[in-house]
Amino acid sequence: MRIYVCIKQVPDTETRIKLAAGASQIDEAGVKWVINPYDEFAIEEGIKFKEANPTAQVTAITVGPKARVNNALLTAMAMGADDSILIDSSENLDAFSTAKALAEAIKKEGAFHIIYSGKQAIDDSVSAVGPMLAEFLSAPHSSAVTSCEYKGDKVVVKREVEGGSLETYELPLPALIAANKGLNKPRFASLPGIMKAKKKPVKEYTMADLGLGDLKAKIKYSHFELPKDRPACKMITGEPAQQAKELVRLLREEAKVL
Amino acid sequence: MKVLVFVEQSAGKLKASSKELLSVASQASAEIISVALGEGSKDISDLNEWGIKKHYNGSAGALSKPNPEAYLSALTKIFETEKPEVVLSSSNTLSKDTFPRLAVRMNAAFISDVTELTLGATVSARRPFFAGKTTGALEFTDNSPKIILVRPNQLTIKSPGASAAPEFVTIEADAPKSQLTNIEKNPSSTLDLTEANVIISGGRGLKEGANFKMLEDMAAPLHATVGASRAVVDLGWVPHSMQVGQTGKTVAPSLYIAAGISGAIQHLAGMSSSKVIVAINSDDKAPIFQKATYGLVGDIFQIAPALTEELKNLAK
Repeated sequence: MRIYVCIKQVPDTETRIKLAAGASQIDEAGVKWVINPYDEFAIEEGIKFKEANPTAQVTAITVGPKARVNNALLTAMAMGADDSILIDSSENLDAFSTAKALAEAIKKEGAFHIIYSGKQAIDDSVSAVGPMLAEFLSAPHSSAVTSCEYKGDKVVVKREVEGGSLETYELPLPALIAANKGLNKPRFASLPGIMKAKKKPVKEYTMADLGLGDLKAKIKYSHFELPKDRPACKMITGEPAQQAKELVRLLREEAKVL
Repeated sequence: MKVLVFVEQSAGKLKASSKELLSVASQASAEIISVALGEGSKDISDLNEWGIKKHYNGSAGALSKPNPEAYLSALTKIFETEKPEVVLSSSNTLSKDTFPRLAVRMNAAFISDVTELTLGATVSARRPFFAGKTTGALEFTDNSPKIILVRPNQLTIKSPGASAAPEFVTIEADAPKSQLTNIEKNPSSTLDLTEANVIISGGRGLKEGANFKMLEDMAAPLHATVGASRAVVDLGWVPHSMQVGQTGKTVAPSLYIAAGISGAIQHLAGMSSSKVIVAINSDDKAPIFQKATYGLVGDIFQIAPALTEELKNLAK
């Protein structure tokens, strides 16, 4: 049984975003790159599946500039993935071309059982690569998944929708599952795991290898702007009762939001 | 230009988020085709006001439940018939599940969470990145159809004041492979964080999960929704559905009250576009005060009950 976990490398959530000259992208100098937090749940779920089904092969797969994203694959393999596929591209791909590249690489390997991804990447949060990949592979999918129960050739998932309501779906396998926070608790890579990861195989492709040398992003981003500074904070002092009274007055009379 | 607008209704009327989409299409003098799916999709009383030419609707069989796969089947049929240049929908869990797949089928450009949008000879749009740490413009590089999901509460509503009924067309979905077997409603009656006009969020300063009751009391007279910082979600005090920030929900209410939240950069990213921000914290050096409109330094356990009293008096 072949299991895939799709991962994306993103700037750490603590990153202060600065813009590069021309404001056509962010300044990547000094950025600490990490695995997208939602993808960590995907990796953990793949490894848990393998623990319950020892014959499963868990492959971590990513698209991005090789020199940088290699590290994310190493982390996934140190956590427990068996091997990796790296699609080397330094272009800023949109969701469509990313999903297409992942689909072509997965098709080359043959049949799959389950693909796990995060429900969104915290950089652009387009939330489309998972569903698009499932469509390219003609498989059903469910996203924002907070629990998975495997029942033979089916998986029963719960997912969170607006307002915290939970929907239960029964999906026939093969399928794609896009993980939400709460699905599991991702493990840390152990030291022996890190040592082993260095010896695990990484298969590399260029976009041209996948027949996508001419693929152009349908959407590009430009003209980035940083949010405007907010006016200085007005401090409200006094005893708690006075503070509360004054705040409500200002919210009504000055800010006019009550 | 032909624009297909996916609309949603509540109690037989268009949701405000759907009116935002119709406003954009009508300002571009586009030929508007609308679609609504699920129960009540045929009986939307204010459709006439928007100059809509045709309204597709369906609630039979698989469309009786909000199953993305059933919605995709119906939307595929409509798209193939109408061949729109632009498709608009509000950004939410269901649309983010449905429309990326439609984009693959129709070889269309897809983008979500757009916050500025004008349709015309060229489509101009902007959206946030890194949960709002920056915003960027979108460039569509080819003539593919464009599927654009718009974040609610961002665009101006302006009805063209039309008064013609659209032609109603019933649509059906093929049987989906995935089955939606159960929907467990959240018992809380408050609005989702992403739709709320007032949000009161709590952080580590509340000391323990049970003390969120204090914020719920404060929220009641304001009909506000209670949110939380990542720290307290990770501590297991409250569920992830309440998390505001880069790994939770990005929000922009009229009023955001941060109680006992110091203001980690990833939390600030998710709420700094709120119109008015109130920070209550015992530490006057907390980063949250740099984003706040009004700041109260003090003990949240004394300030919150006092504020609740004031708000109750106001509501009377």
